[in-house]
Amino acid sequence: MKSKGTKAALTPSWLVWRSRLFSIRLDRRVPKVLFVLVLMILGVLIVSISYGNYFLPPIEVVRALLGQETTNPDASLLVMTLRLPRAIAALEVGMGLAVAGTILQGVTRNPLAAPEIIGVQAGAGLVVVAILVLLPALPLVLLPVAAFVGGLLTALLVYLLAWNRGSTPLRLVLVGIGVAAIAAALTTLLITFGEIREVSQALVWLTGSVYGCGWEQVAILFPWLMIFLPMTWGLARELNVLTLGDDVARGLGSQVEWQRGLLLLTSVALTGASVAIAGTLGFIGLMAPHLARQLVGASHAGLIPAAALIGGLIVVAADLVGRSVFAPIELPCGVVTAVLGAPYFLYLLLQHDDR
Amino acid sequence: MVDSPTSANQWLRLRGRIIGLVIGVLLLIGCFLVSLVAGAARTDFNTVWTALFAFNDSTEHVVIRTARLPRALIAPTVGAALAVAGALMQGLTRNPLADSGLLGINAGAALAVVATTVWLGNASMQFFWMAFIGAAIAAGAVYFLGSLGRRGMTTLKLVLAGAVLSYLLAAFTTGLLILSERTLEEIRFWLAGSVAGQNLEVFWQVSPYLIAGFAIAFSLGRQMTALSLGEEVAHGLGLRIGRVKAMSAIAVVLLAGGSVALAGPIAFVGLVVPHLVRFWVGVDYRWLLPYAAIWGAILLLLADLAARWLLQPQELPVGVMMTLLGGPFFVYLARSRVKS
Repeated sequence: MKSKGTKAALTPSWLVWRSRLFSIRLDRRVPKVLFVLVLMILGVLIVSISYGNYFLPPIEVVRALLGQETTNPDASLLVMTLRLPRAIAALEVGMGLAVAGTILQGVTRNPLAAPEIIGVQAGAGLVVVAILVLLPALPLVLLPVAAFVGGLLTALLVYLLAWNRGSTPLRLVLVGIGVAAIAAALTTLLITFGEIREVSQALVWLTGSVYGCGWEQVAILFPWLMIFLPMTWGLARELNVLTLGDDVARGLGSQVEWQRGLLLLTSVALTGASVAIAGTLGFIGLMAPHLARQLVGASHAGLIPAAALIGGLIVVAADLVGRSVFAPIELPCGVVTAVLGAPYFLYLLLQHDDR
Repeated sequence: MVDSPTSANQWLRLRGRIIGLVIGVLLLIGCFLVSLVAGAARTDFNTVWTALFAFNDSTEHVVIRTARLPRALIAPTVGAALAVAGALMQGLTRNPLADSGLLGINAGAALAVVATTVWLGNASMQFFWMAFIGAAIAAGAVYFLGSLGRRGMTTLKLVLAGAVLSYLLAAFTTGLLILSERTLEEIRFWLAGSVAGQNLEVFWQVSPYLIAGFAIAFSLGRQMTALSLGEEVAHGLGLRIGRVKAMSAIAVVLLAGGSVALAGPIAFVGLVVPHLVRFWVGVDYRWLLPYAAIWGAILLLLADLAARWLLQPQELPVGVMMTLLGGPFFVYLARSRVKS
């Protein structure tokens, strides 16, 4: 029961689907933007898989991906077991962090909120390092759960500490900076304590990197995304309402506290799972929602998928850049995203100030 | 103002401040001695005394002279420098959350040192002077970024700009270290903020700059008091604001850059200490600055002792210790001092 653009005359910039069970309203730009983003991601993925110590022509990559015969007999192995899982892990991490950031910005009505800024990533990272050092026997599958718990506790701590007869976005960010610093110091303490042999490896992980990700990591992250991304999308309308402010939301019949709690939980879950796989990769959750908003507007039904794709695109591209600029040495993609994201954050800060 | 202590009240206050100063100095000396005595190898005050004044080639004496003495000298020097720099920055920007670590100045100095070391491929800290250049550039950048925008400089904007600048500079530093794995081991501990493993040679090289920084800072006491009351007040008192700001900025760069050259980037000293000593001496910078220097020195000596003692036989970088102590304090200040 689709009726496309029923109110075309009234609101020419919206696409509306209605059915008995649910209805959805999308910005008219959404399908085109999503389509272009998917194409871009495919393009960058193929380039990223072609590139490496041993260069594979893109056409070979496409053949290997489609399971066809390749001229180079090793191409299929190289693509399917080494390079493809890493690229997909990057895509997943980017999507998770981007949606986590979109939720946070919507719920806190704070354009500067992002998982790394309010300390969720640092808390999740701390727990992951603690487990790597203290309980190395724990199966990898449980790592995202642990990271989720760590991120959740940190988020609660930041929220409680920032509560002073009400919470303000600014205090939240400041308290987040302080708590993140403490978590980072504890992480260093653990690394010193545990004498992690590969300090350089730990350093790479802490900066955020998909180095060494295989199908195992892809599979671990996958269920988290499959549960929480659709869930967030399903809550898009609630997010829209929350963005208007608590009073308006209550007036419109929202159960504000409950919905906010559920959304924050989702955001922390996505962050925790991403951190468990790729470390504390910065600024994706900050950049992707803003870029997406410029492309498809602020309505969350379109914003969430667009931000997810942009986040994935950024991480895949950042990984490619990190591998290629100083080849054969790899820069962790966290360095690349920091170089992109820090100036962007400053730009947002000044824009926020001028409002 | 206690310029002419005529009334009994002012006498009392002056006496209290002098007593506080004396107590501080005595405590500092005590901590210094404990820092010399404490360590993996058992020693007592006697050994320390003979090591310093009647040196023979025994292992204990060598340990004290080459490992503990540099450390016991560098820790208080760095602590004092960072605390005074923090106090100056808090007055200069009228921002209760100012600290050379939080605002990215330390990160800038560290990046400059690491970059030069990697570039020229020599890790013996001979490029310490690059720290001053890095600190100056980062200080300029954060001040510029913090005062952009329509509302001028606000606490939040300055702190956020500093936090992001630190993040960016630290990412650059990490990138450089990964690119040249060779220097990683040598520099990693230093980068976490550590007063261990440094020799006195660097200390003597850096100290002239630090002394200059302290001299400028202490000479600005009266002006800083006026400036911290607000630019209008300072202007009304006939202060040449531009000159005072420039001088104090130079002092901050010298002190922060010098301490990074000695001990790597250590945050929160400059945040915590000025707030603590304000309880005792109030807002008068002529007293605040020397008090900050003494208590900064004590704090870092104690933090270093704790860092040595906590995970025996391993050592924590003292910068980690300071963050564990200073982070909660920052959160407390963010809650109580920042009006939104």
